[in-house]
Amino acid sequence: MNLKIHVWRQKSREAEGGFVTYSADAISPDASFLEMLDVVNERLMEKGEESIHFEHDCREGICGSCGMMINGVAHGSRGNGLATCQLHMRHFKDGDEIWIEPWRARAFPVIKDLIVDRGGLDKIIQAGGYISVNTGSAPEANMLLVPKAVQERAMDAAACIQCGACVAQCPNGAAQLFTSAKVSHLGLLPQGQPERKERVLKMVAVMEEMFGSCTLYGECEAVCPKEISIDFIGRMNRDYLAASVTTAKKEKVET
Amino acid sequence: MELKSKIPPGPLAEKWSKAKATYKLVNPANKRKYDIIVVGAGLAGASAAASLGELGYNVKCFVFHDSPRRAHSIAAQGGINAAKNYRNDGDSVYRLFYDTIKGGDYRAREANVYRLAELSVNIIDQAVAQGVPFAREYGGQLENRSFGGVQVSRTFYARGQTGQQLLLGAFQALERQIALGTVKQYNRHEMLDLVVVDGHAKGIVTRNLVTGKIEAHSADAVVLGTGGYVNVFYLSTNAKASNATAIWRAYKRGAAFANPCYTQIHPTCIPQSGDYQSKLTLMSESLRNDGRIWVPKAQKDTRPVKQIPEAERDYFLERKYPSFGNLAPRDIASRAAKEVCDEGRGVGPSGRGVFLDFADAIKRLGRSAIEERYGNLFDMYHDITAENPYETPMRIYPAPHYSMGGTWVDYNLMSTIPGCYVIGEANFSDHGANRLGASALMQGLADGYFVLPVSIGDYLAGQMGKKVAADTPAFTDAIASVQDRTSRLLSAKGSRTVDSFHRELGTIMWDYCGMARTDEGLRKARTMITELREQYWRDVKVLGTGEEPNQSLEKAGRVADFFELAELMCIDALHREESAGGHFRSEYQEEGEAKRNDDKFLYVAAWEYTGEGSEPRLNKEPLEYEEVKLATRSYK
Repeated sequence: MNLKIHVWRQKSREAEGGFVTYSADAISPDASFLEMLDVVNERLMEKGEESIHFEHDCREGICGSCGMMINGVAHGSRGNGLATCQLHMRHFKDGDEIWIEPWRARAFPVIKDLIVDRGGLDKIIQAGGYISVNTGSAPEANMLLVPKAVQERAMDAAACIQCGACVAQCPNGAAQLFTSAKVSHLGLLPQGQPERKERVLKMVAVMEEMFGSCTLYGECEAVCPKEISIDFIGRMNRDYLAASVTTAKKEKVET
Repeated sequence: MELKSKIPPGPLAEKWSKAKATYKLVNPANKRKYDIIVVGAGLAGASAAASLGELGYNVKCFVFHDSPRRAHSIAAQGGINAAKNYRNDGDSVYRLFYDTIKGGDYRAREANVYRLAELSVNIIDQAVAQGVPFAREYGGQLENRSFGGVQVSRTFYARGQTGQQLLLGAFQALERQIALGTVKQYNRHEMLDLVVVDGHAKGIVTRNLVTGKIEAHSADAVVLGTGGYVNVFYLSTNAKASNATAIWRAYKRGAAFANPCYTQIHPTCIPQSGDYQSKLTLMSESLRNDGRIWVPKAQKDTRPVKQIPEAERDYFLERKYPSFGNLAPRDIASRAAKEVCDEGRGVGPSGRGVFLDFADAIKRLGRSAIEERYGNLFDMYHDITAENPYETPMRIYPAPHYSMGGTWVDYNLMSTIPGCYVIGEANFSDHGANRLGASALMQGLADGYFVLPVSIGDYLAGQMGKKVAADTPAFTDAIASVQDRTSRLLSAKGSRTVDSFHRELGTIMWDYCGMARTDEGLRKARTMITELREQYWRDVKVLGTGEEPNQSLEKAGRVADFFELAELMCIDALHREESAGGHFRSEYQEEGEAKRNDDKFLYVAAWEYTGEGSEPRLNKEPLEYEEVKLATRSYK
């Protein structure tokens, strides 16, 4: 198939960016979207032009490295549970024009072309997205019983790959879906109870500081490659409220 | 070079306790005076960095990704083994030890493997305490499943994302230490050299992948947890950026490289569909429980599947291995698939594929049972190929998946460079010539959580006050040599892209150093690799500069190292005149099966770098089997 692609090119964080149009001819419908970009890049470099930079690694939809806005949609397809690397060219038609941009969010500055800095998400994890247990101090695993339904629900939340699509698609650039997935994963499990209140307060504080606010557009859920439910946001809000009113020293919780 | 394995004396089951009891210790108040560099943050690196931070050491952790959670461990699907014996099916530490030794075709160290089996139970405890959502029974206890070639159920799993969940456990432990300030995290930094001062590892040189800045970092010890090297084949199941540069730089600075020819080819991957193909996708081995593998009996039979009558199909695994059938081990199943394709009976557009057919299972169990067992895998197959495996058989073909070989390490995980430790897939230690399913996660975490944090103290205790500043000549020289290499790559200004060379190298390796190897083929490959490498440095085209994000430049350095490693793999494969596990030499077989030669090759081959253009030197660590009797693996 023959396509026309308009790609956001930007040399560095400070540099001015803009769309550049390339033709992507003789592309196999069986190629993945990233393989289409590989082909375009090989041709560009043969002509002496620098390749389009984009982040990617496992190409199996699990590492969370890849991600771009494709025709305005994070990862390029709504409701299919696909990361960019899993999107195949057969989803497009011969002659299509495709607009490709980096994640668009204030919290994700562009590093080069389609690569952005998603470091803010790690900061949210650092604020409390863990269970404090040192190596070696764990009790026998089966001493702790976890109902199957609870474990399944925790796993639904834990499936997040931290790609940032939720933030990129959100008109507010909010990171509620990401944060709530981790708050819920740990907060649902019995192991996560001792730190549950402190965790949600700390993580939300960092999230609010770095990202936009949630006004329940629901765009995040629609593009999440792991189909993480927006219900977790409700759950996080409930936890946050409960923690706020029951934690006396909440103003002093450091972030 | 002398290889001191440092295996503690005494009975097998007491060796690890004995080692821990005799290690020198670092006083808790002194730990913060030691700097430790950890490179890589997969299961091994992240668990090591977090555990070292908890102990009070000053840790600096380097990854080339934007976050430590991207490491390729995240893609592991199946599970992690542990000798918990929760199923009361006769499992024990000893049995896990024995299965792993046998699975490795008797080419691993007994003492290391026994320790691994012992620690497997602690890993599960640790992971559960961290909140890893392993599958559960209705009563709330942990669930187990069985896995390839083993007769007990000892595999713990979290849906098809066990690697992801275990890595997140380690990642979160690491992030906690970063927040506490015990670990300083360097993302988007790639290690390009190891700095050795007076024979001891004292630091590394990195390139900042955003600014391009080449910097030196000094420490009292360096830990490499940088993964495996099967991307030398270009097409593999590894993530695109997985590379051998860190362990290769260590090799060139004096760390012996062990058994480079032991690579694992996984039988069930989706075949290549075109020249644009950038990687191969693994389909879980569990599919072979219900799928039947076949090809047409006739060559170049292009009839649609439904028109090929039963009598004209060759279920070659069932025919050749009646007792194991479609569940033959990975190395055997892969070779059998290659054979039928070589005979011209392969299926699919490229002729490099075999059918994995669920028609019988669907007839027997009903579509819904198959959907429940394998639904997500069938969906994944459909997303990639646009074919519906409920209607038409899957097409699969073997692909490079894991490297058993790696940096030689002693029992304490230290390489032949004092102070340089290597953990996880990057070392050679525990899997011998073939790795069993669900054992890679176990090894990475055993090394990172439980072995290295303890064993490293034994070295550090003697290094008090011996840190070397990062502005001394050893460091500035290493920086200069990295800069020189980078500018050579940028200034070649040739006509071919890095990927075009990498593809060509991969094809050579796959054809001559892949599933079946011969003396003649390996010699030919060596010549071809040397010629191509020479052309590479002359004719590679790397655009842009070194002072900005430059993905071509990153790849160019990695591929340059793959060229050298590829040659060493051929040298090792050529010298090992036997077949063992993943290393199959066509000359050494008995009725089509691998034939080991224990009289001549019961050793670890540890190759020592002797300089540019000079042949590497072979050092042998004899393998002593005190507990297990050597036997021939048979699956007929």
